[in-house]
Amino acid sequence: MKHSGHEWKSNTLPAFVTVAPVAVCMLFLVIVPLIYVVIMSFCSIDEYYNVVFRFTLKNYAMLADAQYTHIYLQSLLIAFLTTVFCILIAYPFSFLIARTKSRKKNIYYMMVIIPFWTNSLIRIYGWRTFLGTNGWLNNALRFLHLTDAPVNFLFNRGTTVLGMVYCLMPFMILPLYTSIEKLDQNLLEASADLGARRGATFLHVILPLTSGGIFSGSIMVFIPCLGYFFVSDILGGGNSDVIGNLIERQFQSGNNWPFGAALSIILIVITLLLVKCYQKIGGSMDALGV
Amino acid sequence: MGHIVELEGVNKIYGSNHVVKDLSLDVEEGEFLTLLGSSGCGKTTTLRMIAGFEEPSSGSIRVEGQSIEEKEPFERDVNTVFQSYALFPHMTIHDNIAYGLKMKKVPKKETEERVAQMMAMVQLEGFEKRYPSQLSGGQKQRVAIARALINRPRVLLLDEPLGALDLKLRKQMQLELKRLQKKLHITFIYVTHDQEEALTMSDRIVIMHDGIMDQIGTPSEIYEAPKTKFVATFIGETNVFDGCISEMNQNRVQVMVENGSISGCGTGFEKGEYITVSVRPEKMKFSQTPQDGFSLNAVVRDYIYVGSVVKCIAVLPNGNELKMEKFAGDMLPAPGTQVYPFWNPEDAVLIHSQSHVVYQAMENVVLK
Repeated sequence: MKHSGHEWKSNTLPAFVTVAPVAVCMLFLVIVPLIYVVIMSFCSIDEYYNVVFRFTLKNYAMLADAQYTHIYLQSLLIAFLTTVFCILIAYPFSFLIARTKSRKKNIYYMMVIIPFWTNSLIRIYGWRTFLGTNGWLNNALRFLHLTDAPVNFLFNRGTTVLGMVYCLMPFMILPLYTSIEKLDQNLLEASADLGARRGATFLHVILPLTSGGIFSGSIMVFIPCLGYFFVSDILGGGNSDVIGNLIERQFQSGNNWPFGAALSIILIVITLLLVKCYQKIGGSMDALGV
Repeated sequence: MGHIVELEGVNKIYGSNHVVKDLSLDVEEGEFLTLLGSSGCGKTTTLRMIAGFEEPSSGSIRVEGQSIEEKEPFERDVNTVFQSYALFPHMTIHDNIAYGLKMKKVPKKETEERVAQMMAMVQLEGFEKRYPSQLSGGQKQRVAIARALINRPRVLLLDEPLGALDLKLRKQMQLELKRLQKKLHITFIYVTHDQEEALTMSDRIVIMHDGIMDQIGTPSEIYEAPKTKFVATFIGETNVFDGCISEMNQNRVQVMVENGSISGCGTGFEKGEYITVSVRPEKMKFSQTPQDGFSLNAVVRDYIYVGSVVKCIAVLPNGNELKMEKFAGDMLPAPGTQVYPFWNPEDAVLIHSQSHVVYQAMENVVLK
């Protein structure tokens, strides 16, 4: 017994001391709030919109309402379009950064990182000013006599996707850059040596070997897209809501916290399902930990 | 036998770095040619230029009489085995080997036949469905060779293909490669820094040094008659003496060196010329009394037993070491004994001073 007591001191105590603070943080900042949200989603509200602890499934029943399912589908569509555009723009750009050897590489890299450090709310307001009827773009068009009346660029699904693409681009570029950087130059030479043209090398060697980056980038763009309510609020003007908008409204103007909680649970479930799919196709969880 | 690969006055310059200097080389059809040299001597760059991954700064490269400078790598009848193997990690062994045929749109049935044939040739039957990460180094090496050979190239380029293997496997693969090359009658251009590998496998060896081709010849020519001091010291062990020709009597040459006078045999030298004399350890002898034509003396310092032979280290008065090889059964003077080294003058190799050769090569260099 004496021996095992000694072991407890030498192994368990340091482990306990190092892990415990993290565990406590996780408990109070992640697990407890999550349980709170789950409980909240089964609560009811009284006639004065106060939350009362009376068990109900009404919140979940409301989720199936046609006006909400429309928004889920719209969210998925916006997230899908955003992901596709991000891949199309980020891939060539990541290739450029990864293949540039000179000092320009840092400049390209900073072009991605510096906006990433700036508050995204401010940047989205910037787009609104730029695209507005009295904005720079319209002024420029009128100056060039390309239009007579101001064009309304704002408040549609297209501008929301534009804003999302803009906000989430770094999340696509960083994993893509990492996977392209890792690409062995010898493999490209070997492919050419074996008679492959550039297009064939891209299709058979480069694309499959960077698919990990594309997958993890897609997950990291698609999921936040469902919740970035401020983008669709500011640029979409209520015409292109995502699930995030619904949730936000329940906690603010709608003042229906239990229903908001149920919506949050749905968002979490969708996220978990997507991550599960990602793991199924062989994506690495480490690649998501940016 | 025609020249399958011809290099004419090829130079490669990276910025201020002149990597390959005025290289002219004819490779015969079906031969095993090795580019041998220490790292940074330009041998890999030369190979990469033949493969088409690098463009020569000046000069021309022809394969089968056709200039290939304008051709892209994928248009050339030349395949490469990379030092790092460069197998596609996301493809099975089968798909790796079939890649070249797939790119050339060879019919599926023929592809399958040729892949099966290749797998058998490199003794990897049953590995079709595995991935490169599941193979050992030697197996990966075979896949890399099969992947290149399936395209039936006229010339196979190999860039230190055995560098990553352990000694035993390397010896085995050396013999296998040589056997394969003879059987298929493909021209092999092989890059290595391992002189023993070069001597074992090659029909001819090109010794490169600082971007210059020092010598080209069969392994025995390179070993027995090195043309430069670098070649003499790079291939095998040798003892070199720098000195000045003091006397010449027909082909018998007397050379003054730092520690005395020595003899050699050679033609084409002048009295007063500075030369290098190279004597292999196995040709060195020593006696207890001074020999005719030799006035060196040395002190035996140490013996090293290497199985059948004994290596003897003797020290000259200026501190330079002499290496000699003796049979283990011979009578050996005890360490500390004074001896008089000598050799048959025919066994010494006389080499024109190195700087003379370098100067000649540099004169021919044309900078673009």
